[in-house]
Amino acid sequence: MLNERVINILQESFFKILIPGITYTIPLTLVSFAIGLFLAILVALVQVSNVRVLNPLVKFYVWIIRGTPLLVQMFIIFFGLPSLGIMLNSIVAAIIAFSLNVGAYASETLRAAILSVPAGQIEAGSSLGMNYFQVLHRIILPQAFKVSVPPLFNSFISLVKDTSLASSITVTEMFMVSQRIAAKTYEPLALYCEVAVIYLIFCTVLTKVQHRTEKWLKLEQG
Amino acid sequence: MLQIRNLRKKYEDLQVINGINVDIESNKTTVIIGPSGSGKTTLLRSLNLLTIPDSGDISMNDSTLHFGEKQPLQKKQIIEFRKKTGMVFQSFNLFSHRTVIENIIEGPVTVLKKKKAEAIQEGMALLEKVGLAEKANQYPRQLSGGQQQRVAIARALAMKPEVLLFDEPTSALDPELEIEVLEIIRTLVKEHYTIVIVTHKMGFAKEVADHVIFLENGNILEQGSFSSLCQSGNERINKFLTSLQ
Ligand SMILES: Nc1ncnc2c1ncn2[C@@H]1O[C@H](COP(=O)(O)OP(=O)(O)O)[C@@H](O)[C@H]1O
Ligand SMILES: [Mg+2]
Repeated sequence: MLNERVINILQESFFKILIPGITYTIPLTLVSFAIGLFLAILVALVQVSNVRVLNPLVKFYVWIIRGTPLLVQMFIIFFGLPSLGIMLNSIVAAIIAFSLNVGAYASETLRAAILSVPAGQIEAGSSLGMNYFQVLHRIILPQAFKVSVPPLFNSFISLVKDTSLASSITVTEMFMVSQRIAAKTYEPLALYCEVAVIYLIFCTVLTKVQHRTEKWLKLEQG
Repeated sequence: MLQIRNLRKKYEDLQVINGINVDIESNKTTVIIGPSGSGKTTLLRSLNLLTIPDSGDISMNDSTLHFGEKQPLQKKQIIEFRKKTGMVFQSFNLFSHRTVIENIIEGPVTVLKKKKAEAIQEGMALLEKVGLAEKANQYPRQLSGGQQQRVAIARALAMKPEVLLFDEPTSALDPELEIEVLEIIRTLVKEHYTIVIVTHKMGFAKEVADHVIFLENGNILEQGSFSSLCQSGNERINKFLTSLQ
């Protein structure tokens, strides 16, 4: 199976796949995660602070996003919205879909982390005369952040892999490129395994970063 | 110093504080005793506004808070009041992501807007006072329960409150750790801090109390000096006191 021809194809295609990994997959992941995390922080704060009007709204958002498949959401945004006159660039559509997803899932992570901060410490802060914002900023968020680091890395790593779905709305990221090469060379097994290995490398690096971060946080905060 | 008038608090159908009138005197130690569930914690928390009473007044020095008015209390009023009342909790409640000294300077720096260097200097003096200067840079989880409570006392003192409130400060501690915390409180009593303390330690109450309040079902059954309470002849008080011997 691994004859010279296949090895040649693998060698030639490696950089052809890796380059869109660097120019599409990584930026797509970083931008979507950053926007999603920002959204998640807002959503979590609205929920734990029980902000009127907004609270039912963000609950609805989380419900919709978590209750429907990401792929279907991407199709609605990219292929569906043009019927309403909203034409989006495929990359923009992908970023919107990914950000909305990270926002919904990570908001639940953050909400749980915020609720895990012991009520007694919050009361202790209040008893010193801190206002709500000070308690949030000085006591709740630093502790919630620490607890949410591992699950947020989990979401981040999932997102790296989920970007492969963007191929279905014409984004030429790694998986799209490997599909094309597979079709041209008639070597789907080799090509798809190769792209899998590249995803694996990305995620392994991230896992290492996660362990480093967790270790650092532990040293930093007792 | 603190005048409490007609204070009431209800949780659903349960009248936890039922029209209480008390004067807390400056530079004196007031001890609150009574059976479990009688409303001691609720009364103490009301003095720090962690619990907002349904009705009644609390006056401190010249300012009075009226509860149950149409206009709810302003956040600013609540915060001003809390700054002047230092709370020490049964379960310590130290900030677990901050070192001992950071716990102590949190209030002065964040709330009183003190300079950090000044707050640290004062904080170290307080740690010296509670005998934990060498633990300044440790985290709460590295300390014993007794040490954590001593830090919590220093944290409350750092705000220079007008009154210190203790809610069963040693009941979460093993007996041998209890002693070190009681020793600190004893020092504060001798230094004439204004103190309100809820405790089941009758020996300690007898030793430090200038004034004792006996609570039962949200009412003050009896108040006065410790010995006057012992001699009150009230059967329920006698029974409670002997049960704790
Ligand atoms: N937040 C609350 N919600 C409902 N009931 C409460 C609450 N806090 C206290 N209680 C009730 O009020 C009564 C008095 O409680 P507490 O003040 O803690 O008594 P003590 O400190 O004397 O044991 C108890 O019956 C308790 O269950
Ligand atoms: Mg109690």
